[in-house]
Amino acid sequence: MTASSASDAASSRPPRVGLFVTCLVDTIRPSVGFAAVKLLEDAGCDVDVPRQTCCGQPAFNSGDRVTTRALAEKTIAAFESFDYVVAPSGSCAGMIKTHYPELFVGEPDWSGRVERFCAKVFELTSFLVDVLGVTRVEARYDGTVTYHDSCSGLRELQVKAQPRQLLASVEGLALTELADSDTCCGFGGTFCVKYPMVSDAIVGKKADNILASGADTLLAGDLGCLMNMAGKLQRQGRDVAVRHVAEVLAGMGDGPAIGAPAPAKKG
Amino acid sequence: MSVAITSPEFKQNATEALADPQLQAALAKAGPGFVGKRRDAIAKLPEFDALRDSVRDIKNHTLAHLDLYLERFEEKVREAGGQVHFAVDAAEAREIITGICQRLDARTVTKSKSMVSEEIGINDHLAAAGITPVETDLGEYIIQIRGESPSHIIAPAIHLNKDQVEADFRRVHTDLPADRDLVEPTALLAEARGELRQRFLAADVGLTGANVLVAETGAAVIVTNEGNADLTQTLPKAHIVLASIEKLVPTLEDAHQLLRVLARSASGQDMSVYTTFACGPRRALDPDGPGEFHVVLLDNGRSAMLGGTLKEMLRCIRCGACMNHCPVYQSVGGHAYGWVYPGPMGSVLTPAMIGIDKGANLPNASTFCGRCEEVCPVRIPLPKLLRHWRQQEFERHLTPAPQRYGLKLWAFLARNGWLYRPATRLAMRALSLFGRDKGRFASMPLAGGWTATRDFPAPEGDTFQAQWRARKAAGTTSRSPAP
Repeated sequence: MTASSASDAASSRPPRVGLFVTCLVDTIRPSVGFAAVKLLEDAGCDVDVPRQTCCGQPAFNSGDRVTTRALAEKTIAAFESFDYVVAPSGSCAGMIKTHYPELFVGEPDWSGRVERFCAKVFELTSFLVDVLGVTRVEARYDGTVTYHDSCSGLRELQVKAQPRQLLASVEGLALTELADSDTCCGFGGTFCVKYPMVSDAIVGKKADNILASGADTLLAGDLGCLMNMAGKLQRQGRDVAVRHVAEVLAGMGDGPAIGAPAPAKKG
Repeated sequence: MSVAITSPEFKQNATEALADPQLQAALAKAGPGFVGKRRDAIAKLPEFDALRDSVRDIKNHTLAHLDLYLERFEEKVREAGGQVHFAVDAAEAREIITGICQRLDARTVTKSKSMVSEEIGINDHLAAAGITPVETDLGEYIIQIRGESPSHIIAPAIHLNKDQVEADFRRVHTDLPADRDLVEPTALLAEARGELRQRFLAADVGLTGANVLVAETGAAVIVTNEGNADLTQTLPKAHIVLASIEKLVPTLEDAHQLLRVLARSASGQDMSVYTTFACGPRRALDPDGPGEFHVVLLDNGRSAMLGGTLKEMLRCIRCGACMNHCPVYQSVGGHAYGWVYPGPMGSVLTPAMIGIDKGANLPNASTFCGRCEEVCPVRIPLPKLLRHWRQQEFERHLTPAPQRYGLKLWAFLARNGWLYRPATRLAMRALSLFGRDKGRFASMPLAGGWTATRDFPAPEGDTFQAQWRARKAAGTTSRSPAP
């Protein structure tokens, strides 16, 4: 991997990155977390993972400001000492970067601190490309992949070109674009629990577009969306592997895809 | 017809809508058309985003000085020989309109499309007073003869197909030959035109809405593609404009800017086919025009929105772009929302008008994908306003109990990491053990809504945080396996 040296030219030490691993990666698919760590370390970062729970988005979107605020304060305290905070999710990074300031409006004790904190929060591929200047990764993935633009990353953090730019450097990988790649997959966090039938109708259209793309692998940058789309494709019996983009970029795309059986234990 | 409130039954409405193949076909046909036409239209106008900013600022300025501009508007309408009536609520607006019609002994009232007239339910009220309202926009005419309400704010009959319209015309236009050919859409159009032409000529009063009200001239601006608003307002004895107070802009120049973003956002046209500025009744030397000109300005809860978070919603110019780009609207259609205004804009507005207790489903029926905000010509932060309603719902303890307790339990865990980490670790290890062979679950307790139609992936095993700590303790963090 080639990376320009981190922008904090004042010090020669590598940038210290706190990985905000996200609830879903932490619990459902830790390999995405390790892929993110590898990508960050390959780009010259010093990565650590402070103890964490959730950024508060489910509470925020459910109208529970008290819980959101409490979780925001915890997250800020846990990650404040890092040079950067990086999440393998546009949704969680977007929650922190674009919505935390709303929680502290009119509080001079907090607002400057929150602003400084939010300025160093990034989605993974955006951090690699926009902040570190990474232009290519050392990875191989044999397959035709298509990429779904998850809504929060796309619209709150302008993540669109960055993952595609990095994917273009993966050996053996062909990217084919998905019709309506920028329309919602229907996950919507608590939405898919509250209105599962509507959510299913939306992901049904997404699945049609994925199949029409002819890709054998679907990638995206948010595990919630990926679980939703994988779950639909698998229920339909489709043969499309679904993975987080970090896995492929880190050269870790050879493990079981999302929802695929784990390999039999050796020995 | 007045729209009965079925927003509390959104879930049921949506389920029925999803199971209606005719509706699904109509949505699949219409939705992508709007999106593509808008994209093409704005691609040809490099200053589109700058115009959006400008119109947002115009609207914000007007709303900040609304009292001033309302007074100026009233003054100008009066100077032109017209009359302005302020209506605090729907009932007052209905009384004013019915009163004018009764004074003129009106028997029929032609109407051009107006969502505010749906909001106040004027048609039923007129009919009860023995006055026949006649919708003259083709889509509105069709749904009127079907006894339905609009399913979209600019395309009211978008939920229907041609065969349904043909059947309705045959059912209603019984004076025409039964064996007439209505196969071509143009034949349907010609038939509606013939029917409506007589109604236009016979009407005593014409009722229109307004897309814009101009304070400096007292003009009511209305755009259509059919010209029906022009016949509605010029032929009868009186023209009544029914408009809500936030339709005001200060100047003609402001109105022009607004019109430049309106049609492009709505139908992807550079301009609507007809744009008409109505200023007062017929003057002495005018060859035609109404004898009386009335403007009914409706508040109906809007001035209460001015001081709070929902103020931004009053910028809305009713283009429909938010619903055209909404994955939820495009899946269930407008009627599922259960009142007058559907889609994202309706989900913000409806709870303000019918109450959050009845409208709570609507702000929740959003994935927060943000596409509505992205396309809104006046940059209304719709997701933020929907979230505002969710907060109101939560704080007033209106959240359904299972969600409330689920959220409480989760919040307790998330706020107590010492408990969260071992609890999630234990749960994931257990789930992983059960799901390992297949890699996913076809059914899961507490996730029945999801697993009814989708599989759920099995967790890989230990949580990331637990693995990270273990590796860190062993002196190897990222690279696996350990050296």
